[in-house]
Amino acid sequence: MNWQWFHRLGSPRWFYQTTERWLPWLYLAALTILSVGLTWGLAFAPEDAKQGNSFRIIYIHVPASFLALAGYYIMASAGAIGLIWKMKLSYMVMKAAAPIGAALTFVALVTGAIWGKPTWGAYWVWDARITSMLILLFLYLGVIALQYAYQSVDAASKAGAILALVGTVNIPIIYKSVDWWYTLHQPATIKLTSAPSMHPDMFQPLLVMILGFYIFYALALIVGTRSEILRRERKTGWVRELAAAEVRS
Amino acid sequence: MHPLRKQRLQLVLLILTATTVVVGLVLYLLRENGNYFYTPTQIVSGEAPQDVFLRAGGMVVDGSVVRADDSLWVQFKLTDGIDELTVEYTGIVPDLFTEGQAAIASGTVDQQQVLQATQILAKHDENYTPPEVADAMNQAHERKKADKARQAAEADAK
Repeated sequence: MNWQWFHRLGSPRWFYQTTERWLPWLYLAALTILSVGLTWGLAFAPEDAKQGNSFRIIYIHVPASFLALAGYYIMASAGAIGLIWKMKLSYMVMKAAAPIGAALTFVALVTGAIWGKPTWGAYWVWDARITSMLILLFLYLGVIALQYAYQSVDAASKAGAILALVGTVNIPIIYKSVDWWYTLHQPATIKLTSAPSMHPDMFQPLLVMILGFYIFYALALIVGTRSEILRRERKTGWVRELAAAEVRS
Repeated sequence: MHPLRKQRLQLVLLILTATTVVVGLVLYLLRENGNYFYTPTQIVSGEAPQDVFLRAGGMVVDGSVVRADDSLWVQFKLTDGIDELTVEYTGIVPDLFTEGQAAIASGTVDQQQVLQATQILAKHDENYTPPEVADAMNQAHERKKADKARQAAEADAK
């Protein structure tokens, strides 16, 4: 098999120039879809029969949790590609993904606490779902910390990638925790194998929000990777030229 | 694939498999300890430890909630469909705490097999429905029940 195309994909310069054209569209798409989803979910979706209006925090809580989990796989895959192919760009993606994932995990935990107080009667409980989600936050923080723990970029990237890979075992645990153990957290509303246990009028805006969060995630990851490219490639000719052009204009 | 890269790919897969096996074994050993609460059956049958702080979870039995007139004392029964456990608590219960809904009570089980709770949490399910839809569903359910009762009464009359 010819792996040439794969190596060309790993050129930071190619990535920087290609994504330049995507950015305005991604900004526009993220802004539009997120505002449509938020307005729809917060103002137009019907309230819940039991929980009233407090259920509406689901429109932030669930998409943030979704991307916190999916983002971990993205970070770990980028780390694995970096380890196997020694691809610099891949490590930069991994480094950019860590703070975004940590922020989303934090949002999921905080919105969960705010939601928990009026519905369960407690901000925080140590059940399997919530505890495993807290471990995810620590894994993200660990990967971030390792990026700054070494003088050499190569050593930092390798250590971060290995921690990211080890941590992947936590993702299915978080996902299945509500089925494997008795937890206070309710089981999943959106299931892979059957229809969602949510009225369509409430479910449609949630889907829009999840899509919006995916696009926002892609945008944040690209912006983060681009700034990491500039930082690490600052001594190369093309970045110097770019800076010089910026100064001239 | 270059042999060196193949070797590194194998290393990555080894890391993944090893951590999965190790964590899987740990979780297998922990099993029940990962549970946030015991079911009424586990407590009544003596499977749950006595005289220590524990949590019991189940459905609040319909018609079992008794409140004191002059204090915040409340008594109710939790069931998992098999056994029932009586719970006593003094304090404010969460908004979502109602009969027929799931709740979790934390406290210690006394000599009379009554859970003296220090905290009540309401557990809500994964279903979300607008009030009108929920009302319509309840009405349909009531109508079905009334129909059944009438049929039974007619059968008795015959």
